[in-house]
Amino acid sequence: MHRTKLFDHVILMMGVFFMVGPLLVALMTSSHEAAEIHRNGLSILPGGHFVDTYTKVLTKEGGFTGKITGVRMMMNSLILGIGFAAGKIILSMLAAYALVYFRFRFATITFWMIFTTLLLPLEVRILPSYEVMNTLKLTNTYSGLIVPLLASATGTFYFRQFFKSIPDELLEAARIDGAGPFKFFIDVIVPLSKTMIAAIFIIMFVYGWNQYLWPTLMTTDESFFTLVRGIKQILLVWVGSNIPDYNEAFALAILAMVPPVMIVMIFQRWFIKGLTESDK
Amino acid sequence: MAAINITNVSKIYAGGVEAVKSVSIDIEDGEFIVLVGPSGCGKSTLLRMVAGLEAISKGTVEIGDRVINDVEPAERDIAMVFQNYALYPHMTVYNNLAYGLKNRGTPKAEIDARVAEAARMLEIEQYLTRKPRALSGGQRQRVAMGRAIVRKPAAFLFDEPLSNLDAKLRVSMRGEIKQLQKRLGTTSLYVTHDQLEAMTLADRLVVLNGGQIEQIGRPLDVYHTPASTFVASFIGSPAMNLLRGTREGNQLHFGSQVLDVGRAAAFPGPITVGIRAEDLRIANTGEQALTLKVEYIEELGAQRLVHGTVDGKKLTASLSPEIGIGETLSLSIAPERLHFFDADTGKRLAQPSAASDGKRVEMLAIAEA
Ligand SMILES: Nc1ncnc2c1ncn2[C@@H]1O[C@H](COP(=O)(O)OP(=O)(O)O)[C@@H](O)[C@H]1O
Ligand SMILES: [Mg+2]
Repeated sequence: MHRTKLFDHVILMMGVFFMVGPLLVALMTSSHEAAEIHRNGLSILPGGHFVDTYTKVLTKEGGFTGKITGVRMMMNSLILGIGFAAGKIILSMLAAYALVYFRFRFATITFWMIFTTLLLPLEVRILPSYEVMNTLKLTNTYSGLIVPLLASATGTFYFRQFFKSIPDELLEAARIDGAGPFKFFIDVIVPLSKTMIAAIFIIMFVYGWNQYLWPTLMTTDESFFTLVRGIKQILLVWVGSNIPDYNEAFALAILAMVPPVMIVMIFQRWFIKGLTESDK
Repeated sequence: MAAINITNVSKIYAGGVEAVKSVSIDIEDGEFIVLVGPSGCGKSTLLRMVAGLEAISKGTVEIGDRVINDVEPAERDIAMVFQNYALYPHMTVYNNLAYGLKNRGTPKAEIDARVAEAARMLEIEQYLTRKPRALSGGQRQRVAMGRAIVRKPAAFLFDEPLSNLDAKLRVSMRGEIKQLQKRLGTTSLYVTHDQLEAMTLADRLVVLNGGQIEQIGRPLDVYHTPASTFVASFIGSPAMNLLRGTREGNQLHFGSQVLDVGRAAAFPGPITVGIRAEDLRIANTGEQALTLKVEYIEELGAQRLVHGTVDGKKLTASLSPEIGIGETLSLSIAPERLHFFDADTGKRLAQPSAASDGKRVEMLAIAEA
């Protein structure tokens, strides 16, 4: 066994300092008043306005139309993040299932075509995608926000690699046991993929949660605004008596971090359990 | 329970490999047939065609009078045991056994009863709630057997089910499979590359070579009258000695060495002679004998394998450990115990009326010893 030495701790503590430091500063600063922040800059000590700032951020009706609250934005972000992750997982699992378990013409070419789109980021096709959604009258809807982003080369690729590592005999045993393609998928493939699903869910949720450009394009109705957009909006719009509400921006940033952190924590346990138990 | 008739079955893989070449086997109801042969000879391919996991290129397979060429595996009324067990890793042992029954819509009470019965038979009752990963190799093998048994199929198909077990467990599981099959009376087709496993399990052996049947027969018949040099060298350990010689009159010539075979030559000229290691014995003085130049000795406890050369050709003799061994040995063999094969095709050449004579020589040999 390697014995941990003082030096190891120092390195770890430095890591913690650099990771957690900024968060702490943001949290502390958010509990001061905007004017105070404007005067004194960032703060590492708690101020006295923690509860009222956060209550205000979550419930105050703001925006041009004065209808959008922090809670609403959080809901929107959650819908986007979860819809995005769940949709991507379902779609890429089905695509990978078809690629691995069904012999159809051009399967390999299809796979490589999907694979090469990995190289194209969303931004490359963002305008055509917008055009399509606009024509379909799907702007300012959740479907319009989520569906165009669902096709996932990354997800398909990972699931394909994973399915390929499942022994063929399992499929054969299932065939003899009378399980058709659908039953085999639900009864064997999905449970075996739990670990994979958890891992991809984490990645995709955070990716969806942090989307900025696409929601900005797709939604003009403020009731569809996400938290990430909201932060930007505060600094532009919620200007009270000349000073931007820095405290609220910080509070919103902190709030924006909570769900992804929770998702990671919840799924991590599942994820690590799957890894160590090595189900195959 | 049903008979299985395999008629002129061939398998041609994409790419043109003919893995199985026009194989016909008639398996009786309740019979235990073992397909044996070296790796790559097409055993698994044949079994998988019966199972429905591989399309049949030519010929027909019938299970109980029903041609099943185009029938789904699940509808063939067979159960298969795989080499790597192929248990569903995320299901408990109970669910592994029950899965096939559930898919068939068997009532819950009946599933419970059948799983309980199979578990009792295989002594895996205490593991029913465990996942396969919490079981040892032998226990997993039992579960895999259980999965086959609960279905009460017309036939069991085994593809090298014991290859992943250690030697000792393999021997005991072998015995259990044999007993279980006898008890259930289910027609079985079993694939192995291990000739010993094949000999001990089979009612009848099917020796395959390069996708073709070399011989079908009861284990002892195959052992005592191999149909070809391939079977002779594959079945039995140590492998049968095969010496090239020439037959002239009633004598066999191996280079300068001569062996009297007692009877007039039915097939003169070059010939391949097969000699089982245990049929060789130390020659009495004055008796005509082969001179073995000893190279090394393998001590197996109950017997002693003496490896050496006769006229430059390798020969192995199995002798009692009591016999002292010098640099050369004079070995003789009852002429009836010689096997003759065509020098070119390797096919067995019929030995006229050897059987009756063989018995008498055997008795004499016992009397001598
Ligand atoms: N899917 C396949 N495609 C092409 N050739 C195959 C395939 N499966 C097996 N073969 C070939 O068929 C022959 C017999 O294989 P197999 O039945 O697995 O042999 P065994 O089980 O006796 O070791 C081998 O030469 C093997 O390379
Ligand atoms: Mg095989």
